[in-house]
Amino acid sequence: MSAVAESAARAIELRGVWKEFVKGDRSVLAVEGVDLAVRPKEFTVLLGPSGCGKSTLLNLVAGFELPTRGEVIANGRAVTAPSPERAVVFQEPALFPWLSVYENVVFGPKTQRRAPAEYRARAEKILEQVGLAGFGAHYPAELSGGMKQRVGIARVLAMEPPVLLMDEPFGSLDAQTRTLMQELLLGVWERHHQTVLFITHDIEEALLLADTVCVMTARPGRIKKRITVPLARPRPIEVTTTPEFNALKRELLALIREESVRAAADTAIGPAA
Amino acid sequence: MAKLLRAPWALLLPVALLLLWHAAVAQRWVTEGIIPSPEQVLRSWHTWIFGAETKSLSPYSGTWVSNVLYSSRRVLQGFALAAAVAIPLGLLIGWNRLAARLVDPSIQLLRPVPITAWLPFAIAVFGIYDASALFLIGMGAFYPIVVNTTHGVRDTNLLLLRAARMMGADARTVIAKVVFPSALPSIFTGLRLGVGVAWTAVIVAEMIAVKSGLGYVLWDAYYVGRMDICVATMASVGFLGFVSDRLIVLASRFALRWRALEAAA
Repeated sequence: MSAVAESAARAIELRGVWKEFVKGDRSVLAVEGVDLAVRPKEFTVLLGPSGCGKSTLLNLVAGFELPTRGEVIANGRAVTAPSPERAVVFQEPALFPWLSVYENVVFGPKTQRRAPAEYRARAEKILEQVGLAGFGAHYPAELSGGMKQRVGIARVLAMEPPVLLMDEPFGSLDAQTRTLMQELLLGVWERHHQTVLFITHDIEEALLLADTVCVMTARPGRIKKRITVPLARPRPIEVTTTPEFNALKRELLALIREESVRAAADTAIGPAA
Repeated sequence: MAKLLRAPWALLLPVALLLLWHAAVAQRWVTEGIIPSPEQVLRSWHTWIFGAETKSLSPYSGTWVSNVLYSSRRVLQGFALAAAVAIPLGLLIGWNRLAARLVDPSIQLLRPVPITAWLPFAIAVFGIYDASALFLIGMGAFYPIVVNTTHGVRDTNLLLLRAARMMGADARTVIAKVVFPSALPSIFTGLRLGVGVAWTAVIVAEMIAVKSGLGYVLWDAYYVGRMDICVATMASVGFLGFVSDRLIVLASRFALRWRALEAAA
């Protein structure tokens, strides 16, 4: 296979990526020699204990940060800055509080100077898909946490991005809302089929959503193991109760436990942060 | 309803102070002829506003409105000038590190110089004209606006900046659509402080640098021993300062409607 064809088969590729943060005379190595490839339309989950550098990895792919060493490639081009081709859903909703829900959702297409005729109907349809029909004129402050996060998802869908980056988007939600949001995301993804890079520390969430789960080590973060999730799609939420699911869960649990223990030991004996 | 119930409490202290003042003059607790009684102030103020019924030799008769207009116009012009320079400059300093290194130290060095200290300089450069007054007012209002705008810009949530950038916003769009609205509450704080300084500056400037307006009347009345007019002037300036502050608050409530929702949530 030629190099061009090879990169075309990868929506996202990381080659030997290192990221070190330097502040004053202190430096922290967040990510150490990560290689990762995500195929187009693949749903990849980065799973790891908190503080393992998975958000750093996502920020690198988004273009918010640049790697200290190595290469980040998206759709065949080196990533040097954020781009609407790689839309991000943040851990917090990060909505513009001075804009209405609708204005937040059309911010992307509007900024990219697309024709209103093109995005208006789409935005309405997406708001309906995420269960926010009729909330367009509301302001973020009037919404619950789960609704805000749905606006955060709606606004990236309105951009029609080929790649979707999600940084623990449901981490701050309560368990019930989280389950609903996971179902919603699966439904939306079945329909739009973007390439997704999703970050979480929640094993069940990873298994429910992913085609591929990449387990990360404790800091400095490396990819410890890559697991293909063979569960059939579409996946109803009940899949989480099957023996097959539980077997996978057990496997991941063991992998994650090792790292959590290591991370805890590191913080216990390491210098005070 | 709750507002109506609160009103008597707000009035209690001013009324008590007025009564005390009245008693102090009537009972001659204070030297006669130096401090006027409240009634006398009101009477003089009335004449100052509406003119005397009989022909009067008083130079203050019926001149209140024109002097209020003189001072208000100066405040408005100086304040507008200050805002027009300070808001864009504050956005630039807050956003651009190079601009901050270049301009911010000078601002911080000049800021402690009181506007009163600028007075001789202003007169020397601009003469006894409106320009002197505008310079002082603009100078005084400039600092709080620029400093608060800078703070507002620096407080912009990093996530919102990132969100805008991943949605395709260039630097100009980010500043116009994210940084500016995000800094707006701070900018309004700066404007409120600025308009307060502007009223201080206009009085100082009119006392010395020009020959009209409330500050000029205040100083003139002091020289000819018309303490009643002095007190009426003080009250007028206080009232005008209060009104201009309310106007800015009103404008900010309109511009920051989304914040009211946040506070309620």
